[in-house]
Amino acid sequence: MSTANPLRDPRDRRLPRIAGPCGLVIFGVTGDLARKKVVPAVYDLANRGLLPPGFSLTGFARRDWDDQDFAQVVHDAVREHARTEFREEVWAQLAEGFRFVAGSFDDGEAFERLHDTVRELDRSRGTGGNHAFYLAVPPAAFGTVVAQLQHHGLTRSEGDTWRRVVVEKPFGHDLASARELNDTLAGVFPESSVFRIDHYLGKETVQNILAIRFANAMFEPIWNSHYVDHVQITMAEDIGIGSRAGYYDGIGAARDVIQNHLLQLMALIAMEEPVSFDAGALRVEKQKVLSAVRLPDDLSRGAARGQYAAGWAGGRRVPGFLEEQGISLTSTTETYAAVQLFVDTRRWAGVPFHLRTGKRLGRRVTEVAVVFKRAPHLPFGPHATEELTHNTLVIRVQPDEGVTLGFGAKVPGTQLEIRDVTMDFAYGGSFTESSPEAYERLILDVLLGDPPLFPRHEEVELSWRILDPVLEHWAAEDAAGGGPDLYVSGTWGPESADRMVARDGRTWRRP
Amino acid sequence: MSTLRDTDAAEIAAEFVSNRRRAGSPAMGMVMTLVVVVEESVADQAMAAARTASREHPARVLGVIRGVSDGPPQVDAEVGIGDGWGGEHALIRLSGAAVGHAESVVLPLLLPDSPVAVWWPDRAPAEPAADPLGQLGRRRITDAAAPGGHGSPLAALTGRCRAYTAGDTDLAWTRLTPWRALLAASLDHPAAGAVTAAEVTGEPGNPSADLLAAWLGDRLGVPVERTDSDGPGLTDVVLDTDRGRIGIRRTDGRLATVTSPGHPDRPVALKRRSLPELLAEELRRLDEDDIYAATVQALLKETTP
Repeated sequence: MSTANPLRDPRDRRLPRIAGPCGLVIFGVTGDLARKKVVPAVYDLANRGLLPPGFSLTGFARRDWDDQDFAQVVHDAVREHARTEFREEVWAQLAEGFRFVAGSFDDGEAFERLHDTVRELDRSRGTGGNHAFYLAVPPAAFGTVVAQLQHHGLTRSEGDTWRRVVVEKPFGHDLASARELNDTLAGVFPESSVFRIDHYLGKETVQNILAIRFANAMFEPIWNSHYVDHVQITMAEDIGIGSRAGYYDGIGAARDVIQNHLLQLMALIAMEEPVSFDAGALRVEKQKVLSAVRLPDDLSRGAARGQYAAGWAGGRRVPGFLEEQGISLTSTTETYAAVQLFVDTRRWAGVPFHLRTGKRLGRRVTEVAVVFKRAPHLPFGPHATEELTHNTLVIRVQPDEGVTLGFGAKVPGTQLEIRDVTMDFAYGGSFTESSPEAYERLILDVLLGDPPLFPRHEEVELSWRILDPVLEHWAAEDAAGGGPDLYVSGTWGPESADRMVARDGRTWRRP
Repeated sequence: MSTLRDTDAAEIAAEFVSNRRRAGSPAMGMVMTLVVVVEESVADQAMAAARTASREHPARVLGVIRGVSDGPPQVDAEVGIGDGWGGEHALIRLSGAAVGHAESVVLPLLLPDSPVAVWWPDRAPAEPAADPLGQLGRRRITDAAAPGGHGSPLAALTGRCRAYTAGDTDLAWTRLTPWRALLAASLDHPAAGAVTAAEVTGEPGNPSADLLAAWLGDRLGVPVERTDSDGPGLTDVVLDTDRGRIGIRRTDGRLATVTSPGHPDRPVALKRRSLPELLAEELRRLDEDDIYAATVQALLKETTP
């Protein structure tokens, strides 16, 4: 901004940031991601008054639709999936800005039409030449789409206008392919215009990790190997792969979840305090800690994988992974992955980080548990503390967002019997009524050009560097006739994962 | 909900605890105490708004109704937990000589250490910060547009502006946030010109319109004309810039039209917000509102030559 806006004042914290004039183009607008997340989030943003007048939404897909048909699809998606109530005046604000361009990704004419559409929006809606392209398509199509965008002059921004691109995971399937993907994007868009969405980072509770750690005096002094025994990061789903066989087979739990969500969570838990909260300072700390992450030497002991077998989950009979539609009977894709990591820094030397994720586990939960060491001396009778385990600080990311502190207290009525109790902070109760869905926050940040919550390609590459040896180890096992261990659906994963932590005398929490 | 007759603060506090026990000692996570000072006639409406706001800001809500001051002193209370409330609530009715000592009932019931906000949904004291209940609060929320005020809304507003103390705020100001956000956004772009004059149009006596005019005048340092329309509420804001005219017009209280030089006219949702929404915004930040303080000073300069 050349001159300061006299109506803005940093002390005026009631005023929300409203995106400047702009439009959003969604590729793959008929897919689940666009219909269930992106489009409803756009409506919710408009309802909260955070989109500029004239904001325009363009859909691109291989459908024989006109603008009206597209508006109807958006309408249905909003009615079904939006977080906030449907209001006619909000719809009226958006409705004139819907455009649809029919075509496939290799259809040059369609991109020419898209180019004209974008120009037309600048004239009729005042989008000011600012456009974001949301690639809600499989990564295999990224290359084609960005090449077309470039070829048809859609990526060129003139003067102080901007063009941005938004991509979703997976960011490749190993280090080499991630680099290739990045080269594809980097050849067309500067890094500052590439927004990689890891929707976990848009969640209030994940951002709250930073608040808990760095706004308080009581946690940081014990946030190190002197007091922390180990850390467990869990993302469990109770559902199977459902209709995602095409995507999931060959990808598996480690690539799908550990590489992005869990390693990002780990970075936020383990990093040093950033000197400020701007994007650059945060990134430096996250990269530092990711670059210090080390795998155990023996991967057959320090990592575990599994596949769900048929069973009963939550009172329903469910098929095993190999019986799911579209999955080959010989698939060795893991639906459960656990890995033990170390961080080679003074703060974390010798403290294992246990990361696990899986489908068809006991229940749907994502949490980070910091498990503290036991008190060095317990001045109680020999039996008083039998039921006392470790103090824990659990950050519940979803569902039932909040923080739990576990500690020992005397059981009432006994002489002196000490047992684990918990103290709860329910984030849900306290602030969430107005707390935005992750996608709203992230889409608004894209339109504002605000990058702190988006991983950069350096972080993506560091994450693959951590995970690649595990994937290679498993591939070698497969080649030697091995494969993932089976676990019964609705349980907490294969025994090999339990053995992985039991070797050091530890156990997984039941989250 | 339980009803206590001829009671006192200690019994109300004990009732809170026993209500919580009966509900199975849920984790409450209350972040503040909200004191609602209200007349009997609008108590239900105000408590309903507080209930909705409490879902975003779990609170101990203490409704205080000052009844007739004749007769023997008496304190009655209805105490409850959950049931649509985020937190716990009590509606306390004072009569007789107790009417003059409401703070003696409220003080022992404030949650330890957490912030206190005092809200007068209808009639409010001329000097909120000097009021014995107002003194308990870190935040004092009045509503100049409330029907029960003395005299005109503008008189109520200027009166309170004169008595302004850090922590005071008024819903007439809260109602402006979406307007102010749109206006600020319209000047965000570097190509927006320098503003040379402005005009604010709204219902006669609408205190929000006067505050908006004062804010614009203070921030932009240009003359701001205040003109009347049939409403509802605020209807037009115009910023004249050296590159043309920026305007926001809303005639139906719901959907506005934005005009700016070199751009087509565009619709934008600008609905008049409900009481619970206003209250929830007000409770989001509990420190002093510096911009409101500056606007209040600007308004006083305008109205007292």
